[in-house]
Amino acid sequence: MGEMVVGLYVFVLAALAGSEVISKVPPTLHTPLMSGANAISGIAVIGALVISAQANTPMVQILGVVAITMAMINVVGGFMVTDRMLQMFKKK
Amino acid sequence: MDLSFLFDLTYLVSATLFVVGLKRLQSPATARQGNALAALAMLIAIVATLVENDVLSWTGILIGMAVGSLIGGLAARMVKMTDMPQMVGIFNAFGGGASALVAAAEFVRIQQMGAPMATGTSLSIGLGSLIGAVTFTGSFVAFGKLQGLIGGNPITFPLQKTFNALLFLAALALGAGLSGAFALGGLTPLTVFTVFIGISLLLGVLLVIPIGGADMPVVISLLNSYSGLAAAAAGFVVGNMVLIISGALVGAAGLILTIAMCKAMNRSLANVAFGTFGGESTTAQVASGEKPVRSIDAEQAAMVLAYAQSVVVVPGYGLAVAQAQHELRKVMEQLEERGVDVKYAIHPVAGRMPGHMNVLLAEADVPYDKLFDLDEINDDFQRTDVVLVVGANDVVNPESRNPQSVIAGMPILDVDRAKNCIVMKRSLSPGFAGIDNPLFYLDGTMMFFGDAKVSMSDLAREVREA
Repeated sequence: MGEMVVGLYVFVLAALAGSEVISKVPPTLHTPLMSGANAISGIAVIGALVISAQANTPMVQILGVVAITMAMINVVGGFMVTDRMLQMFKKK
Repeated sequence: MDLSFLFDLTYLVSATLFVVGLKRLQSPATARQGNALAALAMLIAIVATLVENDVLSWTGILIGMAVGSLIGGLAARMVKMTDMPQMVGIFNAFGGGASALVAAAEFVRIQQMGAPMATGTSLSIGLGSLIGAVTFTGSFVAFGKLQGLIGGNPITFPLQKTFNALLFLAALALGAGLSGAFALGGLTPLTVFTVFIGISLLLGVLLVIPIGGADMPVVISLLNSYSGLAAAAAGFVVGNMVLIISGALVGAAGLILTIAMCKAMNRSLANVAFGTFGGESTTAQVASGEKPVRSIDAEQAAMVLAYAQSVVVVPGYGLAVAQAQHELRKVMEQLEERGVDVKYAIHPVAGRMPGHMNVLLAEADVPYDKLFDLDEINDDFQRTDVVLVVGANDVVNPESRNPQSVIAGMPILDVDRAKNCIVMKRSLSPGFAGIDNPLFYLDGTMMFFGDAKVSMSDLAREVREA
């Protein structure tokens, strides 16, 4: 199997596992779920780091740094705001 | 032992922690820990990436990480809870944008090396930049609408759908050209790619502008799903499984929330995905006027509530707009001290994004075990003495049971089945759906007109004296 096909297998299985886990999240937590998932989508920072590490020209370097900055806003902001919300959820 | 094997194992740990973290979100008791686990997973993945790759220059990387963390951290600390939808929208824009840039940078890098591109690589670059760019501009437009920078009304023009479809086809054709399916007359690949990105950015704008402000919760959920798909595509570009797995998780989460929102708002998923709903503004004739309503003041409302055995509150977005959550919680605590059984019924679209009202009430110190969603509470209404509806309208409109109505089939909270119902509202004006609400004219319904915050403070005083 080519690397691409392995990637597709992983993608499909992860999406199925994700659906199973996420569909059991109660509506009360849907906003934190969304902002938490949002933070996870900042995983693009890994791609940005790989690109930046191998940057061979200024153009690629600039694109990489902008991508890192944007992804880190997403990651740090997303996890922090989710935590801020979740600490407000209290039981009687 | 091969070192790359060790790194692969580290990425596996990270991916597993993401899934476990999301699983912990299944209960409010463990959710905070789950979020921390996901953050830890991210940290592990970042560190592993930095160690694994021979970094040529640290300057750019460190500056980017520091600046991004600072901006994100400040935004997360300062944002108001009512503004969460916008915040998620703009974070989403950055996530999608980052994925698009990763794809673009890889494209430029391969071009400059002069190496031929494999079909698989060009496909993932094309998908990553297309979805990422659509997410980027689409989320910015959604942010603008929610923040009030752009008018909330749908922006439409003739042949909009046809134009969008043509743009999409043009993007597909250019993408196919990039992967070498056919020669593109003397244009350099970089020129073609730039046009391709331009079209994708434009598509993002065009898909969101025709959607009305009140329908934004669905759009935000869908764009969230797109940002996951874009990240997964970026994972194919750089050949990293953690990106593919987390992207798939986010894609699934966004899709599930989108479907939940569509159901709650009575919309079809296809309509949202192709940006063609909320267009026809339902300026239905409001045939009120003649029908009598029973109007009460704070003192009377306090009497009804204080001598009830069970009270269910239905908070709507009007409550949050008036910032009356704290006053509401005080009134309910007073009732509980008198021995009244108090519950809160939350409609899925009570706020401006899925679960938004729950966060707003949590901020006002309402314990989460008092909050019930539609399916959990609908059967209880017929055994409830008094329902208090605050700043909600369409979500309690019994017209949805009438097959001829514009809101036919929309899931509602069955408050008209309770013995009594107090509706706290500014006026009899219709809600977003633009139709009259028969609930207001029922025998068991009492209208308590006024601003939610003022009325709620009056009510708190009267309940204390009752």
